[in-house]
Amino acid sequence: MAFVENILGILATRIPIGNWIQSLVDFLVINFSGLFNGFAEIIDNLISSFQAVLSYGHPFLLIVILGLIAWKLKGKGLALFVVLGLYLVWNIEMWDPLVVTLASIITSVVVALVIGIPTGILKAHNRAVHIITRPILDFMQTIPPFVYLIPALMFFGLGNVPGVIATVIFAIAPPIRLTYLGIKQVPEELKEAGIAFGSNWWEMLYKIELPGAMPSIMMGINQCIMLSLSMVVISAMIGAGGLGKPVLRSLSVVDIGLGFEAGLGVVIIAMILDRMFGSKN
Amino acid sequence: MIEVKNLYKVFGKKTERVFPLLAEGLNKEEILDKTGNTVGVNDANFKVEDGEIFVIMGLSGSGKSTLLRCLNRLIEPTQGEILYDNVNLTDLNKKELREFRKDKFGMVFQHFALFPYRTVQENAEFGLEMQNIPAEERQQRAKKALERVGLSGYEDQMPDQLSGGMQQRVGLARALAVETDVLLMDEPFSALDPLIKKEMQDKLLELYEELDKTIIFITHDLDEALKLGDRIAIMKDGKIIQIGNHEEILKNAENDYVRDFVQDVNRSRVLTAEDIMIRPLAQLYPQDGFRTAIHKMKKAGISSIFAVERNRTLRGIVYLEDVVEVLKEDLEDDTKIEDLVKEVPTADPAENLDELLADIANLDIPLPVVDENNKLLGVIVKTNVLANLAGEDVI
Ligand SMILES: Nc1ncnc2c1ncn2[C@@H]1O[C@H](COP(=O)(O)OP(=O)(O)O)[C@@H](O)[C@H]1O
Ligand SMILES: [Mg+2]
Repeated sequence: MAFVENILGILATRIPIGNWIQSLVDFLVINFSGLFNGFAEIIDNLISSFQAVLSYGHPFLLIVILGLIAWKLKGKGLALFVVLGLYLVWNIEMWDPLVVTLASIITSVVVALVIGIPTGILKAHNRAVHIITRPILDFMQTIPPFVYLIPALMFFGLGNVPGVIATVIFAIAPPIRLTYLGIKQVPEELKEAGIAFGSNWWEMLYKIELPGAMPSIMMGINQCIMLSLSMVVISAMIGAGGLGKPVLRSLSVVDIGLGFEAGLGVVIIAMILDRMFGSKN
Repeated sequence: MIEVKNLYKVFGKKTERVFPLLAEGLNKEEILDKTGNTVGVNDANFKVEDGEIFVIMGLSGSGKSTLLRCLNRLIEPTQGEILYDNVNLTDLNKKELREFRKDKFGMVFQHFALFPYRTVQENAEFGLEMQNIPAEERQQRAKKALERVGLSGYEDQMPDQLSGGMQQRVGLARALAVETDVLLMDEPFSALDPLIKKEMQDKLLELYEELDKTIIFITHDLDEALKLGDRIAIMKDGKIIQIGNHEEILKNAENDYVRDFVQDVNRSRVLTAEDIMIRPLAQLYPQDGFRTAIHKMKKAGISSIFAVERNRTLRGIVYLEDVVEVLKEDLEDDTKIEDLVKEVPTADPAENLDELLADIANLDIPLPVVDENNKLLGVIVKTNVLANLAGEDVI
């Protein structure tokens, strides 16, 4: 009996997962702060650069350019919607936060793709990478983003940078997965043709595998953009600027009008990005 | 010349344990049961001479594709040697192998293996890109290859806009554009409709006559093997069980498997001249002189040669003895080769076997088959008629 009680006692001992994670994060913060700072600086620079480009000249200039892009991509209807929608955002004085949000999204997507697509390529060619990344990707896709807001905050402090980091973590899985999938789906006979005509590893990659995987990769990019968008409000919780900020503030001060206006900005930018880059036609 | 010596391919892990079992004489199935390894190629030995069409034939799963892919090491052989003009391909390192593939082998695939995101022209250029040929030359050579296969005007189309036959023409053009000596073809026409298939076979023979190529051709279709092959190897369960020219394959069908194959030649329909005619071994063109005539006959090992116009209209036959006579008597300056051209009986492509037998019974030369414009389509040799008649009796 004593034996059973012992076992039960051991089983009932709380496993201190929370403490372990805390120690791990502390350890990383103390020992790798240089690395994190460097990384933060790169991201900060990226955000500022995009922001500077987007704020060049009068807002109407950007509105017209985006309208033209929409026209080129999807036609007149969307172009009209883009111009009217963005004009409305400017009119209700949400333009500056919108530019910050847009710059953050672009930065997040760029970082996610720059890391994600090569990772997907490696995953397709290397079994070890494939096996290691699989559970990590599952984890990143299922864990609620609120959970890694705190470590992001501890590594990178308050502001736009941890917002972008959290967004990248949230949005990076699709480009990795879909790049991997696209390459895996390239028919064996096409690869054989490549080898038979004497291609080397690089030629195989950029003349056969990547072009063959392109539709799948494009889908990964679309999903990455959409997921980044859905982090706008959440990343405001760790101090990211942009449209998420007034939304949060309106919550704490119960300002229905402000909340609605900021929310409208989010909806408009979401619809524009979705219509322009979304996978549905 | 390509020479394959004691070539084995065993799929799966720990392949070394398979060899003692093979030595004991276990067959492919027993080895699969015992070890889980599949024997893809089992002790293949053969030579392919420069400029011949060597056909490898066998049922699905007999190891044809594996054997072909071992030749350019698309599949790594487990054991054995592949000698190409005395270079042992199995000794080459990765880089040497890549160079070798670029320089020596063109390949055509069963399901075409065209790049769907490249235009017809860009597909044809692919091999040349690998060879780092400058853009302008590349475009011209690819264009020329497309012209050869009859696809001029389709350069800017995407592969999926073309029919199967035309897609395979692109595949062929891609392999021709690199101007390699050897063409490896893995059931290139199996996926095509019968009529298109026949058209492509004719096209291939036409190209073969124009270009100086060695072709290793895989098929599971005896008709096709007989039509194209100078020599035929028959594979079963990874082993080559017979190698020979048509007559040898048809006459001494060495075991049941080959006999089954031979009987399988489509005899449900009445065979006609068109079905059993073969390519003439050589033809004499108007510009050819006496010495060329002798050379061509000697090379083909024949004692007479059909004389044709450039467009292959049949003029008649020239006998070796007549040509030799002219040269021996030193009559070269007074005689023209036209003077030696003799008339020959001809057959219609639609003539059936019985009629042909009557035609050919007392003929010592092959019987030319011509169309309504007197254009030479092929020739009938006696043994071929007999073998086909014999085949009919078996059923
Ligand atoms: N990659 C592979 N792994 C294991 N077995 C294979 C592989 N490729 C082919 N085989 C086996 O080798 C044998 C020969 O296949 P293959 O050369 O494709 O035949 P064929 O081309 O004559 O139809 C078959 O039994 C096939 O199942
Ligand atoms: Mg095959």
